[in-house]
Amino acid sequence: MFRISKKESFSKKEAISYRLIGFLIGIVLSGIIIAALGYPVIKTFISLAEGSFGSAIAIRNTISFLIPLSVTALGLSIAFKMRYWNIGGEGQILMGATAAMGVSMIMPASTPGPLMMIAMLLAGFVGGSVWALIPGFFRIHMKTNETLFTLMMNYLAICFVQYLYFELWKDPAKMGFPGIQDIPFKARIPYVSGVSLAIVAPLIIVILVFFLIKKTKLGYEIRVVGESEPTAHYAGMNVKKIMFVGVLLSGGIVGIAGAVKLMGSTGTLSSSLGGGAGFTAIVIAWLANLSAPMIIVVSFLIAALEQGAQFIQVRMGVPAAVADIVKGLILMSVLGSEFMLRYKVVVGAHGAKNKLDAIPSDKEEVHHVEPIVETKENAL
Amino acid sequence: MEPNIRKDTQPAFSMRGITKIFGAVVANEAVDFEVLPGEIHALLGENGSGKSTLMNVLSGIYRPDEGQIEVNGEIKDFRSPGDAIDSGIGMIHQHFKLAEAMTATDNIVAGMKKPPKNSIKKDDVLRANILRYASRSPSKTHPKINEFSSRFGIEFDPSIPASQLSVSQKQSVEIIKVLLRGANILILDEPTAVLTPQEAKKLFTVLRKMASQGCAIVFISHKLNEIMTLCDRVTVLRKGKSIETCNVSDIDAYDLVEKMVGRKINLSINKPDPDPKKQVCLEVKGLTYSDSKAVPKLDNLSFTTHYGEILGVAGLAGGGQKELCESIAGIIRPQQGEIMVDEERITGLSPRDITQKGVAMCFIPEDRLGMGLVASMGIDENILLKEYALTKGPLIRMKDVETKAEKIIKELDIKTPGLKHPVRMLSGGNIQKVILGREIHLNPKLMIAAYAVRGLDIHSSYTIYNLLNEQKQKNVSVLYIGEDLDVLIDLCDRIMVLCQGKNMGIVDSSATTKEEIGQMMSGTTLEELRRGVSYV
Ligand SMILES: Nc1ncnc2c1ncn2[C@@H]1O[C@H](COP(=O)(O)OP(=O)(O)OP(=O)(O)O)[C@@H](O)[C@H]1O
Ligand SMILES: [Mg+2]
Repeated sequence: MFRISKKESFSKKEAISYRLIGFLIGIVLSGIIIAALGYPVIKTFISLAEGSFGSAIAIRNTISFLIPLSVTALGLSIAFKMRYWNIGGEGQILMGATAAMGVSMIMPASTPGPLMMIAMLLAGFVGGSVWALIPGFFRIHMKTNETLFTLMMNYLAICFVQYLYFELWKDPAKMGFPGIQDIPFKARIPYVSGVSLAIVAPLIIVILVFFLIKKTKLGYEIRVVGESEPTAHYAGMNVKKIMFVGVLLSGGIVGIAGAVKLMGSTGTLSSSLGGGAGFTAIVIAWLANLSAPMIIVVSFLIAALEQGAQFIQVRMGVPAAVADIVKGLILMSVLGSEFMLRYKVVVGAHGAKNKLDAIPSDKEEVHHVEPIVETKENAL
Repeated sequence: MEPNIRKDTQPAFSMRGITKIFGAVVANEAVDFEVLPGEIHALLGENGSGKSTLMNVLSGIYRPDEGQIEVNGEIKDFRSPGDAIDSGIGMIHQHFKLAEAMTATDNIVAGMKKPPKNSIKKDDVLRANILRYASRSPSKTHPKINEFSSRFGIEFDPSIPASQLSVSQKQSVEIIKVLLRGANILILDEPTAVLTPQEAKKLFTVLRKMASQGCAIVFISHKLNEIMTLCDRVTVLRKGKSIETCNVSDIDAYDLVEKMVGRKINLSINKPDPDPKKQVCLEVKGLTYSDSKAVPKLDNLSFTTHYGEILGVAGLAGGGQKELCESIAGIIRPQQGEIMVDEERITGLSPRDITQKGVAMCFIPEDRLGMGLVASMGIDENILLKEYALTKGPLIRMKDVETKAEKIIKELDIKTPGLKHPVRMLSGGNIQKVILGREIHLNPKLMIAAYAVRGLDIHSSYTIYNLLNEQKQKNVSVLYIGEDLDVLIDLCDRIMVLCQGKNMGIVDSSATTKEEIGQMMSGTTLEELRRGVSYV
């Protein structure tokens, strides 16, 4: 038996050392697995690091992972600040990308590139926010549970994009094969010395989100609503309106992540465009404690891990599943250390032992004195 | 009353050299404290002097950085509240922790997994049976809980959800909860701060009964008269240190205050004359309000307040005080009636517009943190809560607020390591000063102060009274809702008495008595009283 209780406080030093230990435990655990499978442990880890930071190409790839993750996490963090559990990042990414795709298809081919790009980014914002506002509306006005609702909206979005992919937007040029056409070349975000200019997106958005939360009245209202709706109401805030705007911004930014992914890397729409970023971003937002600058840092580390895991598949011939295990173990250990940091676990002596020696004697005593006690008491 | 302390016996518990440090704050410093079985022992000290912290250490919530705890002569090292309860220590917190949607019974038995080890009497069959029934048959548990409660003279309906219980009943639930876990050392952290004087009296009877059965009771309160009538001994804390322990019979209230503050202070209200012009500020006409369950709360209530005057409002708990305040502040919408400020209608306006018209409200709810404060934010951002809507543009102005926060901290002597320190971590009384300071600094025309000194130490209470008088001298109209009749008479110019949402009459405080107000509170109108009719 053990008990879990919240810790009263922890220092910065503790926080850093706990996370470091968590990371090391993850390394050790995955090392054991790698060794058990017969791969050279040290070499695998060196390649992992090499794959994520080791060369210019590695860093470029890490950055391309970082962009959608960080933008999505930034968007989600706004909703999380309101204690609004937006689990629908994946769907909002897809719908943002879908809207941007649609705009690129509708606009005449003669439209100047920059104009088209701006229109697509705006469409991405609208697509993501509309998709987020559907569950948002029901949460705000009918108090439905947004966690489940936003989650379900992910699957709806995936199905919708598949429908577009196989039916409505099927590209005739593909001669019967399913698939959507590529966006016009001029709408693609250019690369400068190998790094996608899309990196500008998280850099601008992190500043905007930081400014919004810390310096604006709306950001302040969002924080108060998240802390306590009655207090917000008491202070004369329009909670419904604040939540509406908050969800709109949250979904909109996530939608931009989708549009940027479309314009900066995939070039076309498919239901796998999100690639799970909508879910990973939830972890990132919380690991970063919902702080905008920290989200960039954490996104970088997670992106590096993703990239490194891909690299060891190629370099070491490690199967994809093993690479995923390594990634998962490290992530889980860090999350576990986060838990150990905030909670303490009281083990043994005061739980199980007392329970065992207390029950039998007391139970007998009660039995023969009071007959109303039923006999099936083992549940205690 | 002859205290039933057994002088020769070993203490129920003793704490020695307890030190507890939170970051930069030394909450307890080498504190010694012990209580005998059968004794009601008061713990007294200013806001932030470390009373709650010391008791949280005893009840296993915090681990002391230094020091030793002995219970019944055995050295203990509590790692969690569960360990403390196993040693028979139960605490009733300053802020209750009940699950509102669950019934009283469920709240009482929740998390109770094993029979208590250190029960008062080992053969306590009733208690053991409640434990065994709890998970299976609630309907059989209710009468058992009633039976258990009645041993201590406590009454409540265990089958209704906690949300429907009154504050004093919730407190009873908390008490039964710890007693049922076998507590024979009971800690009550400011139990009377949220009770009416009548409810407090009932609680005292219960506590005396428990003490006579051998319980050791720690009683924290800022009300000296309660300590003088209820307790056997008192220990005074000052700035985290234990100053002295003495018999209550050997000491008077003035000595206690001096020990608590560390110097002599003046405990009298300096009442300036009200503004003779009697210019009307607030006018309430025919206000009627029933809550969502159609229970009438305000009944055709009419009165006026004047600039440069303090109008007191007296009444039993739930007499409509809360609804009156919330109607004026625009938080609830009365079904009938009008509220005017400076002859301008404010009924129907939003709370924010009403603030802009110069109405400020400081309502200290029973749970203190529930309303009007954001627990995880610092003092500065809590001051911003009302302020931010009054400035132009989409940005917040932290600089202005920070200066203001520093000023309020100094003026009200708020004990905090810094203005960014989350208010959740401040002591109960200091939390409250933040709300009050914020509202006063809105420079209102009409200041509503409801239960403003709830949970404040004596020194701070008088600071508040002086602040309200200062407001009055600045020609602000003050509406003061209070419970302590002596204070109402000393502080206010006129006193309106509410009974079930009706105005029983307004008396001049210089020409009334506590008895007269008391009779009006229980339903006799002033008119009837003056004609010599009385139902009481
Ligand atoms: N969890 C915490 N983290 C940081 N500081 C704390 C914490 N709990 C208490 N403190 C600080 O310790 C000091 C003592 O607080 P405590 O709550 O014990 O006072 P108190 O005597 O109970 O006051 P009151 O009468 O106002 O309830 C205060 O300065 C408070 O700010
Ligand atoms: Mg306290």
